[in-house]
Amino acid sequence: MLSSSLIFALTGVALFALGLRGALLHPALLGRVLAINVSGAGVFMLLVALAYRGPAGNPDPLPHALVLTGIVVAVSATALALAMGRRLRQLEEQADD
Amino acid sequence: MTDPLVWPVLLPLIAALFALVWPRRAAAIAVTGMAATLAASVWLLWRVAEQGSLVHALGGWQPGLGIALRADALAALLLLMSTLVGFATTWYANGYFTDTALRERFWPLWLLLITALHALLLSGDLFNLYVTLELMGLSAVVLAALGGGAEALRAALRYLVLGLIGSLAFLAGVALIYGRYGVLDMAALAPLLQPEPTAWTALALMSVGILIKSALFPLHFWLPPAHANAPAPVSALLSALVVKAAFYLLLRLWLDLFQPVVTQNAAWLLGWLGAAAVIWGSWQALRAERLKLMAAYSTVAQIGYLFLFFPLLTALPEGPARDTAFGALVLLALTHGFAKSGLFLAAGVVQRQAGHDRIAELGGTARNLPLTTFALALAGVALIGLPPSGGFLAKWQLMSTAVQLQFWPWLLVLGTGSLLAAAYVFRLLSHAFGAGDGAQRKLTSPGTELPALLLVLCATLVLGLGAAPLWDLLSAPPALEVSP
Repeated sequence: MLSSSLIFALTGVALFALGLRGALLHPALLGRVLAINVSGAGVFMLLVALAYRGPAGNPDPLPHALVLTGIVVAVSATALALAMGRRLRQLEEQADD
Repeated sequence: MTDPLVWPVLLPLIAALFALVWPRRAAAIAVTGMAATLAASVWLLWRVAEQGSLVHALGGWQPGLGIALRADALAALLLLMSTLVGFATTWYANGYFTDTALRERFWPLWLLLITALHALLLSGDLFNLYVTLELMGLSAVVLAALGGGAEALRAALRYLVLGLIGSLAFLAGVALIYGRYGVLDMAALAPLLQPEPTAWTALALMSVGILIKSALFPLHFWLPPAHANAPAPVSALLSALVVKAAFYLLLRLWLDLFQPVVTQNAAWLLGWLGAAAVIWGSWQALRAERLKLMAAYSTVAQIGYLFLFFPLLTALPEGPARDTAFGALVLLALTHGFAKSGLFLAAGVVQRQAGHDRIAELGGTARNLPLTTFALALAGVALIGLPPSGGFLAKWQLMSTAVQLQFWPWLLVLGTGSLLAAAYVFRLLSHAFGAGDGAQRKLTSPGTELPALLLVLCATLVLGLGAAPLWDLLSAPPALEVSP
């Protein structure tokens, strides 16, 4: 029987792989950035599933701290990618005029 | 706070914060901060030479809950190289940026990049390595895009997306390791690791992530446009240090931490990819029309040489032969760091004076910029691997190890790579010494031409003639064997 934490972990792995595919193959920058975020969510889900220690035990706090750090990094990286993408579009529009 | 381990990370970080709140004094702050960091790195190497290796538990929290900083001879040597290159390029960058707004944005990022590099070199914790990889990647991307047009921005975006994919793969590997073994501290993890599917998968994920960042063929394609379009001091740091830091991490994982997990066939795979990188990178460098693009492709090739060592090192048993080969690998990495940063700085001078960096139109450079041309030539000597450079000693050692293991293809790769390197260096020099007025001499302050010259002198004379102590230092026991 599949335990619920295993289901979460496998979903995390599937999300990671799906996101990776999109990040490599999607033609548009926005699509790639979103795919990277999906992929990141997959890794975070894997970490959270690994922290689960059954209904009775307390979950392991360390992976939660790692996920929080990872989310901060992911938000900053996404913001940077979007800002650079916007700047690039401005430059390209200027070049077209 | 009297521990030498914290200062090489803390000092550039403090300088970065000061540069952020006090932008007008940023250049002076950066130079002072880097001078202090240089002193701290020398002190750290001194202590490592005395004691073998050092450990520091940050904030007094023991590893397990806290994060440890560690330094052995390998980390301390790369740290000193990084600080020397950082100092010289900081000096150079001081006069490079003329636009005030750009200058003010440049300094905090620059110092943050150096902070991240040093934190990566000294980190003893897998998750902390992920954080430093991201810090390094993000600050490097912004610097690469700085002040450039759409071309530089496009290259930087590609660099960013691939870098993020690489870090995520690394993080997935870290998650698997934590799930299986329950520790992130590398010293605590080392005795637990077993050759089993989880460890193999984790190592594969982490390695692919790092290989993207260290631009091993065929994952190198993001590097040439990003490095060639960045401002010259940034290119120098990216090619000499950022790629090298990723390589250092791979070295740590494969030869140190995951040693029982690594198989000889996997090491051969890395070696053959390295061989392909040597040939392909050198060939593209020979075909490049622009000087900075040539330098960037030469980085792809030089990184390839470093990977040639992997199968030899895993095949050799522990002992003096392996130590000698390992010393040669470190020497080659250090030589490339100095030579390539010097080459990029000199290329930046040429580009500024000539208004372009098209190799075929650089006639007259030798007459108008003799010092810079000399620096280009010396960098070339180190990259080809001619005596008395450190590259010569290292490649000679690589060859004799390959002969000792009767692995003949490496001789062919080394020979072809060196001939191609000689061809692209001499093509550049023949144009530079030719007639023409490619580079007009307009301004020359000591900070323009001297940093490049000092860096290439480190690569050729200092590392070539004074390399012997390197082996003594490196044969001390590695950091992971010392319990905190």
